[in-house]
Amino acid sequence: MDKLRIILSGIVKNNPTFVLMLGMCPTLATTTSAVNGAGMGAATMAVLILSNIVISLIKGVIPSKVRIPAYIVVIAAFVTVVELLMKAYLPELSKSLGVFIPLIVVNCIILGRAEGFAAKNGVLDSALDGVGTGLGFTLALTLVGAVREMLGSGAIFGHKFIAGDGMLIFVLAPGAFLVLGYLMVAFNRLTAKMKS
Amino acid sequence: MKNTLLNMILVLGGISAVASAGVGYVYKITEGPIAAAVEANKTAALAGVLPAFDATTPAEMTLDEIPVTVHTATQGGNVVGYAVETATRQGFSGEFRLMVGFSPNGKVLAVEVLQHAETPGLGDKMAGEGNPLLASFRGRNPGGMNLAVRKDGGDVDALTAATITSRAYVDAVARAFNAVVRSTGGAGADADAGATANTRDNETPAAF
Repeated sequence: MDKLRIILSGIVKNNPTFVLMLGMCPTLATTTSAVNGAGMGAATMAVLILSNIVISLIKGVIPSKVRIPAYIVVIAAFVTVVELLMKAYLPELSKSLGVFIPLIVVNCIILGRAEGFAAKNGVLDSALDGVGTGLGFTLALTLVGAVREMLGSGAIFGHKFIAGDGMLIFVLAPGAFLVLGYLMVAFNRLTAKMKS
Repeated sequence: MKNTLLNMILVLGGISAVASAGVGYVYKITEGPIAAAVEANKTAALAGVLPAFDATTPAEMTLDEIPVTVHTATQGGNVVGYAVETATRQGFSGEFRLMVGFSPNGKVLAVEVLQHAETPGLGDKMAGEGNPLLASFRGRNPGGMNLAVRKDGGDVDALTAATITSRAYVDAVARAFNAVVRSTGGAGADADAGATANTRDNETPAAF
């Protein structure tokens, strides 16, 4: 039961995008379509799970003064691994996400979970926290991407349901802010209602 | 562990060593597939703009400080066309790259957009099949055209509401044509599409 709560917390109560508002740069930049959002989310989730596991394993041997540089080395290594794997086996996706894959290194969600959870908890809990937070991020990005794609290009996951163009502003940068803002309102309204 | 200097150096050094070994290992595994993906991408782009061919020889050159590659496609030793990787820096969002296919007598066969960051819904229509830019060039020899968009008094139909992208596209195609001309030793075309006056430097006696 407790394990389930760790996962759910990352998706709802501590959703990185809608509640903690971390990692806004990739959220705004890569969600031009649902597929791009999901791809970015999945890549971040892979790094998050792996780095959480490793950091919780080595937390005992790291002197506290050098813990941040040590975490960054671990995270950067996993990001590079994910980037290489995507380039090799998912060239199309890696092309459309471009520089935002290497930029996962500086995503505050990853360092935040390393410092705030993995450094204080066991391996299994840390892995589950990675799964939960990663899922929360992936779902949020996919949702933002899906809304922008529907409104902006009249398509869902690449399947067009109206002919011609949609409202282009939603594919462009301003649309990212609009969609993210309204989704944040809706999400927090909904979770507030569930609590009361 | 205690915060002694030796501890810090050992731990950070150890973590870095393990991490770089891991990254190096993954790099070794993915080196082949990445090269294959890049190669497949290029072959697909070449096949998209050329008639059937069995071999290509690339020739790299620099026109207006922009690297351009001319792939001469041959079948059974006969030249069947030229595919040119060209680019322009005058796009609405900076540089974009095109692959332009030419027949042996200099006619444009097809144009594919390799990479761009133009505005979705406006400038990115240049990548669509049958857009006015492509339609203006297809089947014609750029050497015999007035290379500028109609608004600037040329022969090329621009994309609606994307004049800057259209001018850049013309610039890139003109550069591709000049590259073919240079690699075969003929005359260049002159793009009047704005800041491309230095393409004039490439003018040499006519061959096409």
